[in-house]
Amino acid sequence: MATVKIVNVRKSFGEVEVIKGVSLEIADREFVVFVGPSGCGKSTLLRLIAGLEEMTSGDVFIDAVRMNDVASAKRGLAMVFQSYALYPHMNVADNMAFSLRLAHVPKEERDAKVRETARILQLEPLLARKPKELSGGQRQRVAIGRAIVRNPKVFLFDEPLSNLDAALRVQMRVELTRLHDELKATMIYVTHDQIEAMTLADKIVVLQAGAIEQVGSPLELYHHPSNLFVAGFIGSPKMNFLRTTVTAAREAALAVALTGGAELEVPVDPGPLRAGRPVTLGVRPEQIALSADGPVPGEVLVVERLGGATYLHVKIESGEMLVVQVSGESPARMHDRVRLEFDREHCHLFDEAGLALPRASRHPLADQKPRGGSGAAGG
Amino acid sequence: MQRALRRKWTLTAVAWAVALLAFFPIFWMVLTSFKTEIEAVSTPPRLFFHPTVENYLAVQARADYLKYAWNSIFISFGSTLLALAIAVPASYAMAFFPTKRTKGTLVWMLSTKFLPPVGVLVPVYLIFRDMGLLDVRTGLLMVYTLINLPIVVWMLFSFFKEVPREILEAGRMDGAVAWSELYHLLLPLSLPGVASTSLLAIILSWNEAFWSLNLTAANAGPLTAFIASFSSPEGLFWAKLSAASTMAIAPILVFGWMSQRQLVRGLTFGAVK
Repeated sequence: MATVKIVNVRKSFGEVEVIKGVSLEIADREFVVFVGPSGCGKSTLLRLIAGLEEMTSGDVFIDAVRMNDVASAKRGLAMVFQSYALYPHMNVADNMAFSLRLAHVPKEERDAKVRETARILQLEPLLARKPKELSGGQRQRVAIGRAIVRNPKVFLFDEPLSNLDAALRVQMRVELTRLHDELKATMIYVTHDQIEAMTLADKIVVLQAGAIEQVGSPLELYHHPSNLFVAGFIGSPKMNFLRTTVTAAREAALAVALTGGAELEVPVDPGPLRAGRPVTLGVRPEQIALSADGPVPGEVLVVERLGGATYLHVKIESGEMLVVQVSGESPARMHDRVRLEFDREHCHLFDEAGLALPRASRHPLADQKPRGGSGAAGG
Repeated sequence: MQRALRRKWTLTAVAWAVALLAFFPIFWMVLTSFKTEIEAVSTPPRLFFHPTVENYLAVQARADYLKYAWNSIFISFGSTLLALAIAVPASYAMAFFPTKRTKGTLVWMLSTKFLPPVGVLVPVYLIFRDMGLLDVRTGLLMVYTLINLPIVVWMLFSFFKEVPREILEAGRMDGAVAWSELYHLLLPLSLPGVASTSLLAIILSWNEAFWSLNLTAANAGPLTAFIASFSSPEGLFWAKLSAASTMAIAPILVFGWMSQRQLVRGLTFGAVK
């Protein structure tokens, strides 16, 4: 059992406030990812939970116990650092056993725990090696092993995969998900990579400039972003934004003008918006199609072929550039004239303040729990 | 290719010339110590002669070398240990928990080295006299500790700075308190730096003459006082002075020779990644 609760936490370095009153609840066994651009305060927030930085104000609770004045080691946490931070003068076994040694755990028990952890992480043949004799992926596994040995209530990960090459990162991502399932522990993970966030998280916390923008499941953020920032940050390639105006407000829909003269009816709650008001239309690259009678004409300027999919960068008459994801089989070439059709069911509208208009219907997967079966977190 | 080779040879020749130049006085001193007093001052100086150990016997007969040597060892090693005991926690705090005033404190510590020692000789002498520390080994040990403290703190500070912060933070997460962080992580990781700092402090204390001559006499005098005692009333006896000097520098020379790898490694630590 381990829940984490952060209440109105603030942190300033000198004059600069980097965390501006963040409150958050993390449930037992949840995998929570803090994501945001560099400098958004996500690592600082993690370090505040760890007790490596002192809060300017606010409270941190772990299992409902206030932790503000509790030393890092006594909080029942383990942390995996971006640089791995292995002890260079100790071999792998000693690195993993260090915390147990400090806690005066008897040697046989220490060895047994290290061996068991090494087995889980397939580190057994490396136990006698020094960190400098290991590859990046192996070091990463030792760092995770060092955390597991302590049997913590909560695991903290500070961008643990960003020093690995792309292939290894994908592999470690899968291993982390498997590990989370196996250890049944609460995990908090910091990354700037939205793909890591989407694939690992039960719950994503999007941060910008020291404040939370939105909290939700990966698909909730993808299908129901609450503002322009989240809409642009989640999803790859990023969502296209078009400036336009409302042409008509209907029941459970707003009609907006499209370049080329046509009108698009988007199924959102119109709220107080009426015809003539400026709005931003958001549409993801995968929800635009090429169609002979599509309403928006444009010219293909760049073709990026990934094999399975192709990204077309299309310039429309308003001068705006749109990224369109089409099949890898698409014969499109540079300077082709095309017509685009937007999937109106998946379009988003944002008001002048950048806030999303609530969609008329919830996406069926947005509120799905990540684990099936009959486990505690299943359902 | 030709030019690179010529350059290499020139550099080698220059390096050897500088090394020989630096070594020559020591070489000549050792040579002189085995001459008779007459040979020692003869012109032209002689390179080949019949060596004798009479100077060493004379020196030992006049002053107890071992007593002075023990004083030197006690004072230089003792002051170094004491300086480390103070400087390690100080540098640790300044390297990993800096405040707005840390840089200022460091510069202030170093600035005490700008003061000519003779400027504080009289007050220090009077304090020592009143406290009964004149010609007492512990008194000189304390002076040397304070003289070397700024250098020791500065060196340790820069070596500690090289240790990645995250490693200590990982230690803290693993349950290390300040003491275990120092003992298990920081000191082992900066061992070359700590070793070279200690060596430097020992050598500086060993060679210090100003304070030892002014604050000690027959009882607590280290080897610098021992040498000085041979250049007094009766006039200069070059051969005996050379013998005394050779005996004074021999221990530190052997010590330096044994630890030169450690010393070079420490002094270039961080310079070459």
